[in-house]
Amino acid sequence: MSSTVGRIAIVLLPLLVIAVFWAMSAMERRVAGHPGERGFLQRNGAAISLYLILAVGIWTLLLIVLPQLYMVDFSFHPKLPPAQRGGERDVYTLENYRYFIYGSTVRTDQLNTVHLKAFFLTIGASIFITALNFAICYPIAYYMAQVAGPARLRVLLLLLIVPYWINEILRAFALRVIFGVNGLLNTGLMAIGVISDPIDFIGQDIALYTGLSYAYLLIMVFPLYNAIESLDKNQIEAARDLGAPWWHIHLNVVMPFAKPGIAAGCTLVFMLTAGALAAPLILGGPKSLWFTPIVYDRFYQAFNWNQGSAYAFILLLTCIAFVLVVLKAFKVSLGEITR
Amino acid sequence: MSSRLVMRGMIGFYIVLFFVYLFGPLVVMSVTAFNTPNYPQAWPFESFTLHWFSALAGDDELVEGIQNSLVIGALVVAIAVPVGLAAAIVMTQIYWRARSLYYLIVVSPVLTPGVILGISTVIFWRDLTTLTGLKFFYNGIFLATVGQATFISAYCMLIFLSRLQRFDRAQEEAALDLGASYPQVFFHILLPFLKPAILSAAILAFLSSFENYNTTTFAILADKTLTTVLAGRVRQGTTPAISALAVIIIAVTLTGAITYEVLKRREDRVKAKRLQKAAEEERGGLVAIEAAE
Amino acid sequence: MSADVELDRVTIRFGSFTAVRNATLKINNGEFFSFLGPSGCGKTTILRTISGFLEPSEGAVRIGGRDMRGIGPNKRPTALIFQNLALFPLMSVAENIGYGLRVRGVPGEARRRRVDELLNLIAMPGAGDKLVSELSGGMRQRVAIARALAVEPQVLLLDEPLSALDLKLRQHMRNELRNIQQRVGITFIYITHDQGEALTMSDRIAVMNAGVIEQVGDGRSIYDRPETAFVASFVGENNPFEGRVVAAENGHAVIESPVGRLRGRNRRAVSIGDPAVLFVRPEIFALGSGHEDGSLESEVLNVAFEGNTTHLFLRGPDPKKPIMVSVPRGAGSSIPEQGSRTAIRFDPEDALVLPAGSLARE
Repeated sequence: MSSTVGRIAIVLLPLLVIAVFWAMSAMERRVAGHPGERGFLQRNGAAISLYLILAVGIWTLLLIVLPQLYMVDFSFHPKLPPAQRGGERDVYTLENYRYFIYGSTVRTDQLNTVHLKAFFLTIGASIFITALNFAICYPIAYYMAQVAGPARLRVLLLLLIVPYWINEILRAFALRVIFGVNGLLNTGLMAIGVISDPIDFIGQDIALYTGLSYAYLLIMVFPLYNAIESLDKNQIEAARDLGAPWWHIHLNVVMPFAKPGIAAGCTLVFMLTAGALAAPLILGGPKSLWFTPIVYDRFYQAFNWNQGSAYAFILLLTCIAFVLVVLKAFKVSLGEITR
Repeated sequence: MSSRLVMRGMIGFYIVLFFVYLFGPLVVMSVTAFNTPNYPQAWPFESFTLHWFSALAGDDELVEGIQNSLVIGALVVAIAVPVGLAAAIVMTQIYWRARSLYYLIVVSPVLTPGVILGISTVIFWRDLTTLTGLKFFYNGIFLATVGQATFISAYCMLIFLSRLQRFDRAQEEAALDLGASYPQVFFHILLPFLKPAILSAAILAFLSSFENYNTTTFAILADKTLTTVLAGRVRQGTTPAISALAVIIIAVTLTGAITYEVLKRREDRVKAKRLQKAAEEERGGLVAIEAAE
Repeated sequence: MSADVELDRVTIRFGSFTAVRNATLKINNGEFFSFLGPSGCGKTTILRTISGFLEPSEGAVRIGGRDMRGIGPNKRPTALIFQNLALFPLMSVAENIGYGLRVRGVPGEARRRRVDELLNLIAMPGAGDKLVSELSGGMRQRVAIARALAVEPQVLLLDEPLSALDLKLRQHMRNELRNIQQRVGITFIYITHDQGEALTMSDRIAVMNAGVIEQVGDGRSIYDRPETAFVASFVGENNPFEGRVVAAENGHAVIESPVGRLRGRNRRAVSIGDPAVLFVRPEIFALGSGHEDGSLESEVLNVAFEGNTTHLFLRGPDPKKPIMVSVPRGAGSSIPEQGSRTAIRFDPEDALVLPAGSLARE
């Protein structure tokens, strides 16, 4: 298939899906519609209909669907100078993915250990950080939602919202001030004589993982808090009256109830951690491995956008897979976790 | 009883620990902004200075970055709020079998890593603008706006959706029944109901845009925003000037949050008073009815 | 101005579900007309069809003789009062009442005058600046009525507007509604599942069940001369005895029921062999034995003293539904004790034999 056909297909496919749904809705309306229910145009009037269709149409097509499809398509093309794009050398190829696995666009005898290792390390560390943040935030969220009085709750929420809006670069920077070779932690530890030489927190990736956890702590607190808040206090009281130990109450009453919130928090934290760019750039040492900076380098160091697209698509697939696993494991729907 | 006391103490200790973890680094960083060494150093505190703040004012690159961030933020608000509103309204009207597919598409930007949104935006718009001859649009400000609007519109939509869930459809029907046209229903009933959500969506959109790095760094091309300038500086080497900037941002956020809180409390008090009055009148009314019968 | 409303063989379907089947009736100009039925019987669907939110799948709705098909709710001469009232919470009382005039382009001064007039009508003068959230339940009710009346509808439709109020207020508002209707003189169409409301306020009532209009008539005829088993069992307390007709002559019929042969008036002309139900209202029963096919004997399960009357509950043919007997105070006879067996009788002239059909569930 020539690449122009592919690009045209990318544009036509979403339009086709819309047309199919349009036709199905028209048919459904004829067969079993509510009598007298008004059509879209009649219901909103011409001007508002136009606004709704244009706004949603441009957003979903030009901003969401087409760029993503285009990026995927792009990742299956070789890197070519502009003059040759669309020419006969512009064919579908797996070479960008081959490079990710074997470190070469043609040879397959040797694995691309650096990138593969970074990729798997990123996923593993992201899962670990997600779990860690859940463990840190759950008691706080529970306390705010069920224990704290209204006055104290307001203060706590205020305290949480302020650091939430400090951008992640500054938060990473704050940790660098602490973890640097001449940072507060090293100077402090040396001053009280625990260590004699500064510890390389940054080179050891301690700073990086702390920074990632720190950056997305609040992303976990809010969904948990919202979910636990709607739990009826009486349910907990009832369980306590029945003599259930506290860990039992949390495991069997609170957590099952807060499932959508837990799923939401975990999904968001994982996605943000795996896709984090600022923290690895600022807190990563020279030998630190993280996948997103590698993607960044494909673009702005190697200037190979096609390869970068392939890497981005791999990251996207990983995140989709994680979301699906979470939805399956928690038995919740997408609507429940994005509330 | 004493075990309960121990438990309470432990919870209290944990909460304090949590907030120390949350604020400690910010406090340490803030202290370095007022210390003289030209490496951000909190301790030993050599002597107090405002030098790092004055250094900021003369930093042209930073000023340019802030200007761009403000422009992009305003553009994103102008796009994301109306788009999110439209998307939420469409969600309430869409043919039910298409609803889950539609929802999947419109929330997907929330669950997609920002770097990917930035990448796809740049690639797609580079070729689109070349193809259509609108090369003029292929610039950092436009692309960063588009890339951020992709997911910030989804945030706004979620805010509107949660507000719309509390909307009583009968109100629309009542207005219609009284003779209002469909656009009148929209402007007289739905829009006023959504007004608080529009305000929160605008604030959220602006703040999300202002602090965004992942999407912006890909989409900004040769231009710069506050976050990309900051990232560059921090990577080059750390200076207390960055701490000074952080102090300013923290101060602004803190002021904003406290103002909001004070206003909200005042509003709540007024509302409570009015409700109390209504309840009293209701009691009075019932007594009157009883007396009449 | 007022108008009559005509339903002409109206059928309304939602997909494969038929909510209203072949409804035909005429509501007269200036009448207070109620649709009475259990929830889910299709009465709200009829109301929404008259107001224009739904279109009939078959048949026609005519208001003042004009076919309403294709005319939207905002173009019909009707105004609807919603079950939850649907007042606009962000507008003041005056803005709520004046809304219909505002969208009709009535200028501010005329609008204010009309709003003041209506505030006087609902006995809330000077309350125009209040917010809806500051009003009590009864006041909200009245504002909703004023808002609907402001547009001078020819027909006012009310969808159980009193259901959210407490008992005292509800009874008070019944009188008030009736008063307002008489003062403004337009057609009121009222929807309710509460027979007390329907009986006290309406000129005529249509009793509905499962999408079908079972009977139309004034309160007395519906109570005294129900035409179907459903109406007999739904309106007022009634004791059904199911069985098969064994004799039918001289306007009477006798059924063979589990508690013996019983006789009643046969106004619907059931014939021998038909399944039928005999209804005896609690107040028709008297204590003591009587004529062979006008009495029965059973065990007293429960005695409930209620002041001016005493209710006895006797074991009936259906173990879940005891026979209810009302004995007025001073009837002369002594009340039997719980657990004893007693005989009761009734005058067959006051009992009714109707063709078998679905009964109202309690």
